[in-house]
Formats: sequence, structure tokens, C-alpha cells
Amino acid sequence: MPTFNLKINNKTHSVEADMDTPLLWVLRDQIDLVGTKYGCGIGQCGACTIHVDGVATRSCLLQISQAEGMHITTIEGLSEDGNHPVQKAWLEHDVPQCGYCQSGQIMTAAALLENNPTPSDEDIDIVMDGNICRCGTYVRIKQAIKTASKL
Amino acid sequence: MTKIKTKYNRRSFLKVSAAAGGGMLIGFSWLTGCTSDKKIEQLAIPNEWFDINGYIKIGDTGMVTIYSPNPEIGQNIKTSMPMIVADELDVDWKHVVVEQAPLNTGFYQNQFAGGSLSIKLSWNALRMAGATGRRMLLEAAAKEWQVNVTDLSVSKGVIKEKNGERTISYGDLASKAVGIEIPEEVELKEISDFKLIGTSIKNVDGKKIATGAPLFGLDFKREGMKLAMIQHPPAFGMKLKDFNEAEIKSLPGVEDAFIIDITIEEPAWCDEKGFLQLIAIVGNSTWQLIKAKKAIKANWDVVSDLENSETHINSLDKALLSGNANKNSRVDGNPEAAFKKAVKVIERSYSAPFMAHNTMEPMNFFANVTNTSAELIGPTQTPEALEKSVSKLLNLDIEHVTVNMTRIGGGFGRRLYVHFGVEAAAISKKIGAPVKLIYTREDDITQGTYRPAYKSTYKAGLDENNNLIAFTAKGAGLPEGAIFPNRFPAGTVDNYSAEQINVKTNITTGAWRAPKSHFTAGAEQSFLDEVAELAGKDPIDFRLELFNRAINNPVGEKNDYEPERYAGVLKLVKEKSNWGETKPGVYRGVAAYFCHSSYVAEVVDVVLENGKPKIKNVWCAVDCGIVVNPDGAKHQVQGSVIDGIGHAMYSQLTFDKGVPNEKNFDTYQLMRHSQAPENIEVFFVENEIAPTGLGEPGLPPAVAAMANALYRATGKRFYKQPFISNIVSKKVIG
Repeated sequence: MPTFNLKINNKTHSVEADMDTPLLWVLRDQIDLVGTKYGCGIGQCGACTIHVDGVATRSCLLQISQAEGMHITTIEGLSEDGNHPVQKAWLEHDVPQCGYCQSGQIMTAAALLENNPTPSDEDIDIVMDGNICRCGTYVRIKQAIKTASKL
Repeated sequence: MTKIKTKYNRRSFLKVSAAAGGGMLIGFSWLTGCTSDKKIEQLAIPNEWFDINGYIKIGDTGMVTIYSPNPEIGQNIKTSMPMIVADELDVDWKHVVVEQAPLNTGFYQNQFAGGSLSIKLSWNALRMAGATGRRMLLEAAAKEWQVNVTDLSVSKGVIKEKNGERTISYGDLASKAVGIEIPEEVELKEISDFKLIGTSIKNVDGKKIATGAPLFGLDFKREGMKLAMIQHPPAFGMKLKDFNEAEIKSLPGVEDAFIIDITIEEPAWCDEKGFLQLIAIVGNSTWQLIKAKKAIKANWDVVSDLENSETHINSLDKALLSGNANKNSRVDGNPEAAFKKAVKVIERSYSAPFMAHNTMEPMNFFANVTNTSAELIGPTQTPEALEKSVSKLLNLDIEHVTVNMTRIGGGFGRRLYVHFGVEAAAISKKIGAPVKLIYTREDDITQGTYRPAYKSTYKAGLDENNNLIAFTAKGAGLPEGAIFPNRFPAGTVDNYSAEQINVKTNITTGAWRAPKSHFTAGAEQSFLDEVAELAGKDPIDFRLELFNRAINNPVGEKNDYEPERYAGVLKLVKEKSNWGETKPGVYRGVAAYFCHSSYVAEVVDVVLENGKPKIKNVWCAVDCGIVVNPDGAKHQVQGSVIDGIGHAMYSQLTFDKGVPNEKNFDTYQLMRHSQAPENIEVFFVENEIAPTGLGEPGLPPAVAAMANALYRATGKRFYKQPFISNIVSKKVIG
């Protein structure tokens, strides 16, 4: 099995895996970063969203062989102590219900605000449409993104 | 002062050390990860903890641990249940940490998440647990100071002498309280004295969720643990014969592959009915297991009909015409004669397809089975049922089976069924090692216990004064019709009948958030909107007239609702939404429903943007008795509205020769951000009635309020779910 060197949350990890292994499973099975969630495996639900060179990316579709040399950030590396503006806004609005999809929602929202610090409702809808929440926390997610944009 | 005997549920108040085994908290290190993430800033970590009772542990520094007994599936009981204990115990919430309790039928009752029952069933037990703890601490202080308990007062975990200077904290007293005899009777607080109940307290796991900490079953790991996946038959009606075992075993990363059989003698309602023989593959890499699954070549026997959605629709139609109702029926007066006398008669049919649950966390479970024991850890709504099933399957004494609950990535009824835990146990037994079973999304959708498919016909007759004189409801379903014979409008009309017709299917079905109620509310409340229109009456006034009848002169004695409370939420939503006010381009629909002991009325405001409906506002009025955690309660209703509208608008599971057509989120459509309401307002009726559930009751009325708003926006009535197939010319899916 080939070895890959990955830069994740500012640390280097050396990992052996099949070259077509989605980064999602490398994170979860091998590096113990389980904040990135498995939801569908086909890039439809957004639960596995991470940042790759700052871009919100579905880790279930990114193969480990494509991830070498890139700066990868997972929910665990988004901030030092959960104090990223999006995380703070999430707590302020008490967004989660079951909570399973929320790290993906937060990662997508954080990337959105990085590119567009004052998004309109429509901007939020377009970017966030790729993240499903079965509990229906959408109204609070939008409120939290707007709060985060002011933090 | 409310006095309450502790004998009710008394076992819960026994100290841990005195209870059988006393092993409640031993050796369970990972789940300390399931302790709430609140930082206790003013207090040091205790050196010693003292068990006050099965719910409460107090540390020598004053830190308090409260165990939340029931599974947390997103209904927020991990926050609201401990709030109730903490209020009666009278401690500062800042000093409380919450821990998920393991399954322990000796301590707790009703350790399940279903039917919106957690708070309703545990209200008294939780209050008593807190009040008993407070009383024991007061007695310990009284003994210490040689005074009477009546000479003492307590606030926020500090006991004070009423006519003196002395104070002592719970932390300093905890060791002494342990020796106090459990009181026979305790006083509960007056409702007006609640300090925590009725205040908005944030989710105790909020920070962990927002930082991606391990919380869920799928996150669980244990040293030496293997991973496993299963393959079930592709179609309902098929059974596994054999598979290319040797080839699968030779694939990279596959350590073992075999067939498991989870047949349980005398299965319970929660045991698997569909796929009992499965292929299991074991390894260390999820991805290699997924690849191995794709290489499976199996032979399947056809053991029963391979059903299609078209034949499902036909069989429901046929059943409605046949009139073979089962026992779940009711007749008041003579509907047939009344229809003959009626000046106006209207009849409409409503239908809905099968639906999957689609919890965002797919099914999974950890099992560690040895020759003498079975340990299960994971997401289950029914830990006790799982314990029993595993005990039966493995022929192990129930005392040797333990179940612990992780946080659960969505329940909605799916995890009332226990097969995935049982499968994990069967695999662990076979390989003799701890294992975590993981379902792919495709496994999860295609091996469901689905929301049944329904079709119901409603008929109403009005007299010359537009009064409702006859009403009938007839409901067929695969496998059970969605009829509640004693619910509204039963009791409001002299000539009434309700009949339920059950139709056989081999598709496995079960409870799906607000079972039957979601469909019944959608159909009945859409129908009443049409009846009100035919009567030339405002839809709210029309319903209020019916409730007046039920209040003043009810028909029959078995009516399942309190008409005053039902009318109350309609009046509240009328006021809050400014019902009657018209805004150009805004189309409004209203509906109300009573289920799971709570009353909810909702108004939906829809606009059309490029011919497509957009939900601007939803107004909700709720009567669920005392509201424990208002912001959390509001959140449940907001989520229910989105869930209800989303599924009625977009979701369906169809079958072709027994094979589910929709296998993942590319074809199975769930509501997304841009389709959600822009705003959802929630208002609660204030009263002092013991609290009832909120996980489900907000969902059913949303279906009809949406349908009724869509009618006003488009001029079309919506009889068939998913509604989207009636809005766009082309079917989106299926």
C-alpha cells in the first residue's frame, strides 16, 4: 500500500492507504479526526465538508492521492478552542438538534464567509444548499451565519 | 405544597452502592466523552463524588453530575431532563455537568426515545429525584447543626439557617447526605417557584458538536475493534442463498466474510422482519470494506412477491373500495342517511408514498460479544429492547448483556428498531472480537422500516345552513391504514364514521416521526379547508364552530382531545399571525392538530417566485403544558415544521420489483436550505399542566397548512404527496 503525506490542521501525517481511498475515511479511520462525518459518500449531503486550501470540499469525493501537498483543515482545526466566529454564532443560536450534520454545515459556512463576509440570503442559500439537515435547523443556520458575519 | 410519595419509582432513589451490582459507572471511559461540555469555572474538579441517588452525584467541591436517562436523538432531552432534576434539587446550573446514563432498568423507567414521551413520562420521576436529593441534603445539614429542617432554606446549592449566620454548601454536605435515610415523602416545588424550568438553557453538548468532538455511535472506537459491513438482499421478497465467499475473503483489507442469521424466536415488534440472513464482511478499513461490498456476487432466492409502486397504488384503491375495515373503527349516528339529506356533499382522497427515515448518521453499532457476555454501545432509541433481542439471539442471560447509548445522529423512529445492534452482536460473536458495524447510506435507505404508504378518502355533508351534518373517513395503508377514530372531528358531528383498512405488503414499515398523524393531519386538515370553503366559512371560524359543539354538546364519549385546548391554539395562531389580514401576493394556509398529547396550530405564508412557491413565514401556536426549556421547545417546533413540509413536498421511496428506486440523496430528495421557510415563529399557551412531548406534534399540522397555502397560491388542491410532483410538470423523482 502506498504512503501519503498529508498536511492536516497544520500537522503532517504519514498514512498508508489504497490510493483511491476518500480522505473522509482516512480522517475517520486512521487519523482519529471523527468530526468530519459520513453521510452519503457521493457528495450530496455535505456532512463530510472540510477545507482544502481554503475551499469547502466534500472529503468523501477527494481521494487521498489528490490530497497530498494541500492544506487541509477539518472541524477540529477550524479554531484553537471552538472560538471561530461561525462556531461562536452556532452556540449563540443553539443551532444543533441531533448535531450530526453540523460540523459540515459549519465548515461550509466558514468557507462562505471567508469568500463573502456579508452574504445575502440568496448567497447563503446557494452555498448552503449542498448541506442537508434532516432535523430542519435551516432557519437557525441562516441566522447564525448572519451573526457570524458580524463577529 | 405538593407532597409526593417517593414510593413511585422508588428504586431510582436507591444509592448506587446499594443497588444490584452497583456497577453503574464502572469501566466506561469512552462515554465520559458523552459528558456535557460545560466548563465549570468557579469549581475545582472533585476528588470524591457521592451518589445521592440514581440521578444525582455530588462532588466534594460542589460540582453536581446529573444523569440524563433517555436516548438523545436531537429532541434535546439531554439538556431538559437534567434541568428538571436540577430545579428541584435547587442547584446552580453553572455547577451542573450532564452525563448520559447507561441502560439501567433497576434505576430508571421508560429509557427510550419515542412517541414524544420522554418528558411526559419522566416529569414526576425527575422532579422527585431532585426533590429527594434536596431533602436529604437539608436533613444532613439539620443533623450537623442540630436544628430542624424547617429552620433551613436552600438556594443554588447552599443551605442557610433562616435565623442565623451559618451556611453550608452541597459539596461540603454530600458525604453526610449519603448516610441519610431516603425520605418516604418529599415536597415538590410550587410551579411558581421554578428557577430553571421555563428558562432557556443551551444544549449541553453544543460546544462538542460545534468542534467535532466524538459523540456519535459512528465515532466510537475501542482498542482492537474491527470494522464490519453487511449486504442485505437487493429486493424485498428476496432471501440470501449464497455468495462468492472465497473471492471476497481474498480481497485486500478483508479479514473475514460470512453469513449471519439474526432470526430471533418469537420476535418482538422492534425486531427485523425483512432481511434475516445477511452477508457480513470484516476488516480494518471502511473504504476497503465498501470496495469489497461492491465485489459481492450473491444468489438470492425469491421467497415472496416482488412489489411495485404501481401495484401498491392499485391495491390501496382496491382496498378503499372493498370496505373490509378492521376493528379500529367508530360509527356515530347514521352517516349514510345524513348524506342523503345533505344539501352539499364533498368527497376527496389523499395519498402518500413510502418514505425512508434518513437519519443523517447511518445505522451503526458497536458490539463486544464473548462466551459469557455482550456489550453494546451505540445509537438506539430503545436500549432495553435491544438488550432483550441480543439476549435472545445469543442465548445469554439478560444480566450479561449491557447497552450504552451514544448521542444519536437522528432518530425519527428509525432507531426504535434494533436489527443493526443485533447484527453487530452476531458478527462480534462469529469473529470473537469487538466490532463496529457500519451501514453505507445505500444500506440505510434500502433496508428501512419505512413510513407506510397511505390512501384515505374523506366525505362530508352540509345542510342548508352550511352546518356539518355528516363526516366519514376511510383509510387504507400498506400495511396499516392511517385512521384515529376518536380524534377530531369525532365528537363534533352527529353522523360520523371512521374505518381503517389494512393491506398486506412485504416492505418493512414502522414508526416514522409522528406515525400516522403526519399523514392523517395532512389529509384531514386539507379536507376541512375544502369543506369550510364549500360552506362559505373562514377555515379557522369553521373549526372553532366545531370545537364549540365538542365543548358544549359532544357526540360520543371516547373523544381523544380536549376541545378547549384545541380551540385555544387556533385562537392563539389567529391572533399572532393576524389571520384575516391580507397582503398582496402572500397566500396563507392554516391547520391544527392534536397528537402525542400536545396541541399545535400553524399558519403558513407562501409567495410565488417565478411560479415556484417560497415559504416566507410560519406561525405556530403550541399547547404542550409547562414548557421546560422554551428556546429548545421552540427549536423542536421549528424543526418539525421544516421536516413536515419538506417531506410532504419532496420525499418519496418507490419500488420496482421489490427494489427501492431511490438509494441515496441524489435521487431521494430532502428539503434543502433554499426551500426552507424564511422565518418560523413559535408561541406557547401558558398554563400549569404537566408537560407533554414536542418531538413530534409540530410536524403533522405543517403538512396541511402548507397544502392549504399552496391551494391559495396556485388554485390547485394537493391530494397526493410529494406535492412537488403536482407543481412542476415533470416529476422530479421516481
